[in-house]
Amino acid sequence: MRARVLAKQKALMTTPIPTISGFDRIDPADSPSRELVIAGARKTFITPEKTHVNAIDNVSFTIKQGEFFVMLGPSGCGKTTLLRSIAGLDTLDGGEIYLGDRRIDLLGPHERPVNTVFQSYALFPHLTIAENIAFGLEMERRPKHEVAKRVTEMLELVQLSEMANRKPDQLSGGQQQRVALARALAKQPEVLLLDEPLAALDLKLRRGMQSELKRLQRTTGITFVFVTHDQEEALSMGDRIAVFNHGRVEQIGTPEEIYEKPVSRFVADFIGETNFVTTPARRTGAGVTERLEVTLPGGDPITLPKVVPAPDGTVTLAIRPERLSLSPGGVRLATGRIVKLVYMGTDLRCTVALADGAELAVRVPPPFHDDIRPDAEVSLYADAAALRPLVPELQTAT
Amino acid sequence: MPALVVATLFTIGPLAIIIMFSFLSRPPEGGGIEYEFTLAAYVNFLFQSDFLGNTLFDPRYLRVFGLSFLQALITTIVCLVLAFPIALWIATRPEKLQNMLVLLITIPFWTNLLVRTYAWMLILNDNGIVNSGAQALGLPKMDLLYTPLASQLGLIYTFLPFMVLPIYASLARFDFRLAEAAYDLGARKTTVIKRIILPLATPGILSGILLVFMPAFGSFVQPVLLGGGKVLLAGNLIAAQFGDARNWPFGAALSVIILIMLMIALIGIAWYSRKSGKKVEISL
Repeated sequence: MRARVLAKQKALMTTPIPTISGFDRIDPADSPSRELVIAGARKTFITPEKTHVNAIDNVSFTIKQGEFFVMLGPSGCGKTTLLRSIAGLDTLDGGEIYLGDRRIDLLGPHERPVNTVFQSYALFPHLTIAENIAFGLEMERRPKHEVAKRVTEMLELVQLSEMANRKPDQLSGGQQQRVALARALAKQPEVLLLDEPLAALDLKLRRGMQSELKRLQRTTGITFVFVTHDQEEALSMGDRIAVFNHGRVEQIGTPEEIYEKPVSRFVADFIGETNFVTTPARRTGAGVTERLEVTLPGGDPITLPKVVPAPDGTVTLAIRPERLSLSPGGVRLATGRIVKLVYMGTDLRCTVALADGAELAVRVPPPFHDDIRPDAEVSLYADAAALRPLVPELQTAT
Repeated sequence: MPALVVATLFTIGPLAIIIMFSFLSRPPEGGGIEYEFTLAAYVNFLFQSDFLGNTLFDPRYLRVFGLSFLQALITTIVCLVLAFPIALWIATRPEKLQNMLVLLITIPFWTNLLVRTYAWMLILNDNGIVNSGAQALGLPKMDLLYTPLASQLGLIYTFLPFMVLPIYASLARFDFRLAEAAYDLGARKTTVIKRIILPLATPGILSGILLVFMPAFGSFVQPVLLGGGKVLLAGNLIAAQFGDARNWPFGAALSVIILIMLMIALIGIAWYSRKSGKKVEISL
C-alpha cells in the first residue's frame, strides 16, 4: 500500500508533456539536466587505399534538453557517423557521450534512452504498422494493454489510425516516414535521432513533413538531433545548427548566426550564396581602436566591422548577394560593369565585374529599372555591417 | 520444337515411365513388367496375402517409410540447426568474402557422392582416422562404420550445403539495417534473430527443408555404404525392388508414393507462399 502511494507521488513529480500520455520514464530527480554532451569524439576510418580518414575529428559540443539540433554538412563530413555513435550503432575511437550525468557511449544500443529514425525508415516488412510501432514497447516488456494504448496514441499522433493493420509496403513514402517516426517516438526516448529522414521524399511532401516534425518536437518536448545536407532544411527547422566539414564542427549557432555571421569560408559558402572578395587591407589604430580598412575598385574606403589577422596584407570578405544593392544607401562598396543578368521572377540576379576582375553577384529586388542592363556601369552599395571578413586560418583549413 | 522434345524426354519422360510401371503387372519370373493393368503394387504396400489367400494389413513397408521419415527428419533438423548460423555468418561477412565462402560450401559438389562417401568410410572404419586417433590417446576402439549413426552422419554431411545455400540466399537479400533498427528499439541479439531475421528468412528455410528432407528420405548410398544396409530404408527398398527382388511395379509404386508426398509438401509451401506474400524458391 505504502509502496503504491510512493509510486504515485513519484509519478506526479515527473515532467508532464502535453498531448501524449505517460511520458514519465525519466525522473527529473535522477538526472536534473538531460543535456546531451559530446566530449572529444573521435573516429577514424581506413579507406580501401589504406589511408586513415578522420570521420570524426575531436568534436565536442552540448545539445540542450528539448532542443531541435541540426547537424549539417556535405556527405562524408562525419555527421551521420556521429549520429550513429550517439545511437550506439557505431563506436567511437575516443571521447565520451553523456546524457545528463550518465555516460552512455559504453552502453549497448538497446540500453540507451535514444531512438533513431533511419533514412531508409527500416520498417519491419513482415509486421503490420501497429506491430512495427509496438515492437520497441514489447522489448520493454510492458503490459499488453499499455502497449495497445500507446500504439493507438502514436497512430493518432501521426494520423495513420486507419493504416494500423497494413504492411509497410502498402504505404506511401510519406506514410512510411510517419510510421518510422511513431515507432521511434513510442518509446519516449530522451533524445530522438533523425538521419536525413526527409531525403527520400519529394519537395512538397518534404515541406509538409518539416512542419510536422517541428510540431511533434514541440508537443513531445523531446530533444531532436537532425542530420541533413540540405541547408534550407537546416535553417528552417533548427533551433541551433552545427555545420560539419571533414569530421570537424566548423560552427555552431542559431540559423541567424550561421547565415549572417559565418566564421569560415566553408560555412559561408555551404549556407546560401556568398560572394568572396579578396582585397588589400590597411590596419589603423592599435589595441582596442585597431581597425581594418579596405577599398575596392571604384569604391569608398570602408572600415570593417570586425578585426581579423591579415598576415599577407589582404583580407577576404564574405558578402551575401541580397545584402548588396544597386541603389544608393549605406556605403559605396565598388563600381563595376554588369556582365550577366538573369531574371528570376522574384528578383533579378545580376553579376557585376569589378575593374580588378572580381565578380560579385547581386540580387536586385523589383521594381526593375531600365538602366539595369548588360554592360551598364553601376555602383554597388552595402551596409558596412554586411561585410564579413574571414579569419585566414579557417580559410586554409577548408 | 526440338527443344521441347528434348525437355520432355529428359524431365517428364522417365517419370511417366515410372508412373506407368507402377500400374502394370509383374511377370511370373525375372524382372521387367507385363502390360496388364493392376493396382497390385499399391495394394502390396499396405496389405499382404497369406497362404490362404486372405488379404491382411501388413505394416512392414509402412515401418520402412517410418524409419526413413525419422532419419530424414533428424537429418533435416540437424542440418537446419547447423546451417542457419553458418548462413547468417556468411551473410554478414564483406561481399568478397561471402562469394568465396559460398564457393567453399559448394566444393563437395565437385566430387562424386560415392567418392565422398568412401572417404567417410575411411574416416570411420576400424582402422580409420577417428579410431587411430582414439587409440593414440589410449582410448578403446569404437564401432563407428556400419552403424545407424554413421548413416545419419553421412546424410547430414551430404545435405548440409542444400540447407546452407537457400538460407544464405534469403539472408543475403536481408537488409541488415532492419537489425540495426531492432537493436535501436531495444532488442537484444537473440530477439533480433528470433523476431526479425528468422521470419524474413523463412522462405529460404522452407526451401532448404524441402531440398534436404525429400532426398534424405529416399537416400540409399549412405544407409548402404555407411549404415551397412542393416536397416531397410525407403531408398534401399526401392533399389532392391528393381534389383534383387525383381519387382519393378512395386519399386515404381513406392517411388510414386514418395512423389505424391513431395507434391503434397510443394502444394503446402505454395499455399503458404500465396498466403504470406513471400516468395519461396525451391532451387539453389
